[in-house]
Amino acid sequence: MPRVGILDPQGKAVAGALAALGFEGVDDVHVGRVISLSVPAESEGAARASAEAMCRQLLANPVTEDYLIEVHASAESAA
Amino acid sequence: MRIGVVTFPGSNCDYDCYKAVQTAMQAEAVFLWHKEHDLQGVDAVFLPGGFSYGDYLRAGAIAAHSPILREVKAFAAEGGVVAGICNGFQILCESGLLPGALVRNRGLRFLSRPVRLRVERSVPPFTSAYAEGELLRVPIAHGEGCYAADDATLDALEREGRVLFRYVDERGEPTPAANPNGSARNVAGIVNAAGNVLGMMPHPERAVDALLGSADGRGLFRSLAEHLSAAVAR
Repeated sequence: MPRVGILDPQGKAVAGALAALGFEGVDDVHVGRVISLSVPAESEGAARASAEAMCRQLLANPVTEDYLIEVHASAESAA
Repeated sequence: MRIGVVTFPGSNCDYDCYKAVQTAMQAEAVFLWHKEHDLQGVDAVFLPGGFSYGDYLRAGAIAAHSPILREVKAFAAEGGVVAGICNGFQILCESGLLPGALVRNRGLRFLSRPVRLRVERSVPPFTSAYAEGELLRVPIAHGEGCYAADDATLDALEREGRVLFRYVDERGEPTPAANPNGSARNVAGIVNAAGNVLGMMPHPERAVDALLGSADGRGLFRSLAEHLSAAVAR
């Protein structure tokens, strides 16, 4: 997600379009991205740690973006 | 004098840079492929404009981790002269060689048009051939050219005289209206703390001949040529 305080023209444009469609009460819009990773790992913690490292080194730019990691067990590992 | 121009998949200003080196610097130009591990003994490196790796993830993000960048980082760490133009600036920010980041233009549109720049400082190796305060007309061509950094970083850049180019109006004032992309404090080009790594969004290599609409970009190449020939002589 774009960091708070960083100019987010995409979010602003979407907010404008929502207002034009009559959706009221939207205070703010931010447009980010979702990156889906399939990571074979021993545990949820291990998967999270490796995603964390990937975010720091490549997937997110710490100057302009914040990130949030969610870990879900795949169908295979849940079985 | 031998100058390297890095070619990434998706670079599209590499030939412009190559020709500018030949004509405005009177130097030998060599292309350096992004997968190479050898800078071929060049005296300076250009990271040209374009859409390296399709701008996937973020502009410059993938190129910042390409094999040649490892060499460019080592070269810069030893004081080697590196200039990133447009996508090259984005790559330098993504690789950590320059502070801050380039994000989507304020108006969301890709902008391709001439802009006016003010030379903030006349210093080697990049701007010594210009006078301080000189106004230039140079084209921009980018979708992600809005320079973003926190206030502490911006204050440090200004305090240390590391802002070399700013977007200004015809009177030389850095007004909001003269800022094409929303860049913080109208910043168009900066250098690293040591002064040997430059990043700028406008394209001096596209302004080296009056036939192209402007020859105002030549000063950058002349500055570099002067600096490097003096260094070679030492």
